[in-house]
Amino acid sequence: MNLINAILVGLKEIWANKFRSLLTMLGIILGVSSLVAMSALVKGMENGMKAALIAIGGLEKVRVEDQDIPIWQQHMADQAVGTTMNDVHSLLHSAPLITMVVPEMRTRNVTMTRGSKSISPWNFIGTWPNAVELNQHVVEHGRIFNEVDDENARNVCVIGTAIRDALFGSPEQVGRDIIPVGEFININQQRFKIIGMFEHYESEQDKKARELMKDKPPEVRTGPERAKGYGSKGGSKGSMSGGFVYDLKNNTVYIPLNTMWLRFRAATVSASSSSGNYSRGSSGTSSGSGSGSTSEFLPDPRLSTLSIKVANIDQMDEALQQAKNVLMHSHKGIEDFSFRTQENWSEDIGTAIRNYRMSGGIIAAISLLVGGIGIMNIMLASITERVREIGIRKAIGATFFDVFTQILVESVVIAIIGGVSGLFTSTMLVELLIKLSPTGNTPVITMESMVLAFGFSVAVGVLAGLFPAFKAAKLNPIQALRYE
Amino acid sequence: MALIELRGVSKIYHLGGEEIRALDNVDLDINGGEFISIIGPSGSGKSTLMHILGCLDSPTKGSFKLDGTEIATASARELARIRNQKIGFVFQFFNLLPKLNVLQNVELPMVYAGCGARERRERAMDALRLVEMDNRAKHRPMQLSGGQQQRAAIARALVNSPKIVFADEPTGNLDSHTGETILKLFHELSRQGRTIMLVTHDPEIAAVTPRKIEIRDGKIAKNVDAKLSGQHDGPKFAVGAQVQETA
Ligand SMILES: Nc1ncnc2c1ncn2[C@@H]1O[C@H](COP(=O)(O)OP(=O)(O)OP(=O)(O)O)[C@@H](O)[C@H]1O
Ligand SMILES: [Mg+2]
Repeated sequence: MNLINAILVGLKEIWANKFRSLLTMLGIILGVSSLVAMSALVKGMENGMKAALIAIGGLEKVRVEDQDIPIWQQHMADQAVGTTMNDVHSLLHSAPLITMVVPEMRTRNVTMTRGSKSISPWNFIGTWPNAVELNQHVVEHGRIFNEVDDENARNVCVIGTAIRDALFGSPEQVGRDIIPVGEFININQQRFKIIGMFEHYESEQDKKARELMKDKPPEVRTGPERAKGYGSKGGSKGSMSGGFVYDLKNNTVYIPLNTMWLRFRAATVSASSSSGNYSRGSSGTSSGSGSGSTSEFLPDPRLSTLSIKVANIDQMDEALQQAKNVLMHSHKGIEDFSFRTQENWSEDIGTAIRNYRMSGGIIAAISLLVGGIGIMNIMLASITERVREIGIRKAIGATFFDVFTQILVESVVIAIIGGVSGLFTSTMLVELLIKLSPTGNTPVITMESMVLAFGFSVAVGVLAGLFPAFKAAKLNPIQALRYE
Repeated sequence: MALIELRGVSKIYHLGGEEIRALDNVDLDINGGEFISIIGPSGSGKSTLMHILGCLDSPTKGSFKLDGTEIATASARELARIRNQKIGFVFQFFNLLPKLNVLQNVELPMVYAGCGARERRERAMDALRLVEMDNRAKHRPMQLSGGQQQRAAIARALVNSPKIVFADEPTGNLDSHTGETILKLFHELSRQGRTIMLVTHDPEIAAVTPRKIEIRDGKIAKNVDAKLSGQHDGPKFAVGAQVQETA
C-alpha cells in the first residue's frame, strides 16, 4: 500500500466521520492560530519598541556622562573639569571611529511665555545643528539654526510640537495646525524668534488613534476649557511601548549652543561636579545682546552632555576605547566621565520580547498539546471501533507497516488539515485583533511563525498517531476477527 | 512434494493453569488441486487448524511447510506476504469492509500486493465475473444478500490467484439453498484446478468433497480420500472410501 493510497484511505475515513474529525481538528486549529496570532502580536510589539529605540537616536548614539572621580584619583578632584568644548574638539580631531560629536548644554530653569501662556520645556538644549541628525529630529517647518546663528549667538529657537501646543494651542484645541515659525516668544524674559518646528513625533499606535479621532465628529466638551497635559492625546501606555520617548522629543527646544552659553549660563548648572573655577552669574541672563564672543567669558565652556555617534555599530568597543583614550588625554588622566549607550535598552527590549514569546509560546504549545491529546484519543477510539476492519486487512495481507502507516497517516492528515485551517483562522484572528484594537501595535504575521506552527501541528499529529498506530498494527488478526 | 506439510503441529492455550490443546500433534499433507472438507464437533479445533494453515495464527509446536517454506519460524512480514499471495481465506461472516463497495473490497488484496489501479480493476472484475457478481461491483456489502456477500468474499479470496483457498464454515451463515449455490461455486472452482479446503458441520456438504478430514479433540480422527480408494466417478459417492485411521 503506497502513501497516496494511505492518504486517500485516511481522507475517506476522516470524511466518513466529519463531525468527529472537525471536533478533533478544532484543538489543532486553536493551537496553530493562537501560536501564529501570539507571535504576530509579539512581533508588532517588537516593531513598536524598535521604532521607539530608533526615535531616540538608535544604537549608534552614545552619551558621554559625568561620573564621580574614582577613589584613587580623589586628590585630583579639583582639576576635574567635566566635559567641555575642548573634549568636543579633541574627539573631532583624534577619534576617527566617531563620526559625529554633538555638544549639549541643558537647563531646566527656563520658562517660555507668550502672552498669558507659559511652559517649562523638559528639554531646553543649546546645541549644534547636527543634534538634529543625531537625535533623529525632523524639522518639518522652517529651518534649524546654522553656524552663523551660533557664532552670533542669536536669539533663535526650534521648538517641538508640545511647546507649540502649550503656547499657541494644539490642533485639537484650535482646530488647525498652527505653524508659529517667525513668531516671537519670551524665554526667561528674553525675546526669541521661532525659526523652526519639529514634526509631531508619535508612535504608530498614537498616530492611528489620532487618525481615528479625526474621522469622528468633534466631541461636545463639557465643563470649563482645560489643557489636558503635554503628552500626545492618547497618552503613552506603559514604558515598554516607548511612548515616553515621543513625549520627550515633542517637548524639546533647541537653541544655538553659544546662545545658551551667553544667555542662560547661570542656569546650566552642573552643581555636583562644579569645581568652582567658573564664576556663575558673571554674565548669564542679564547680559545684553550678543556682542561679545564666547571666548571673552570662558575659553572652554562646560557641557551638560556630550553625545557622539560611532561610525559602525559593530565597532562599538573599539570606538569607545578610542574616545576614552582621547578624553583621558584631554581630562589630564582623570576618569570623570563614562559612556552610556542604548545597548541596555536594546537588551531590555530583547528580554521583554523573549519573555512575551516564551509565555505566548507556552500557551500555544499547551493548546497544541491538548489538540494532540484529542487526536490520540480519537484515534484510539477509532481503532477500537475498527478492530474488525484491521483484522480483515491483516488477514488478506496487510503488514504491520501497512496498518501502522494507515493509522499514522490518518492522524497526520487530521493534524495537517487542522494546521492549514489554523493558519487561515490565524490570519482572520489577527485581522479581528486589528479591528478590535486599531490603536495597538499592528500585529505582524511572520512566515517563520506560520512555518513553525504548521510544523508543530504536523509533529503533534505524528506523535499523537504513533501509539494508536502501533496498537492497531500489533493486533493479532485472529483476535481482531473474533472481536464483536 | 506436498503443497502443505504439517508435522507434529500443536496449538496449546493456557487458561488459568489449565492446558487446552486445541490442536494436538497433527500431521497432515495436502497436495495441489485437492478439495477437502474438515468436519468435527464444535470445539474440536477445526477453526484453529484453518487459522494455522491460513497463516493467521502460528502453532505452538511443530513444523508447517507451505509450498516449501517453513511457516512456523517465518516473520510477521513474511506471513503477511504469504497470506496476501498464496492464501485465500473465506470466513463464515463474509468479513467484507462495510465502507468499501464490492469492487474495492475485491481490489484490497491487490492494494497490499502493490498492483497498479488499472490492473487491480481488471483482475477484480475478472474475479467478480467468476462468482457472477460483476453486476454488483458498485454495491456496498450492506446492500447485498448473504449469498452475494459470500460470493464477493470468495472473489476477494481468489483475486491474487492463491495456491490454496481456505473457507471456515462458508455456508454456516446462509440458508440451505444459498449454501448450496456457494458450495456449487466451490465445486466449480475445484474443477478448475484450485486447491480448496473448507470446514463444515454439514455431513451432506462433506459428502461432496473427495477428501474428508474429521477432527476430534484437536487430533485428526479420520482422513478419508475417495480418490485413493479408486472411486473417481464422482464425489457424491464417497461411501466405502479408504479410511486412514490416524494415531
Ligand atoms: N484464544 C483462545 N484461548 C483459549 N482457548 C481457545 C482460544 N481459541 C480457541 N480455544 C479453544 O480451542 C479449542 C478449539 O477451538 P476452535 O475454535 O478451533 O473450535 P472449532 O472446531 O472451530 O469449533 P466450532 O465448530 O464451534 O467453530 C476450543 O476448546 C476453544 O475453547
Ligand atoms: Mg470454528
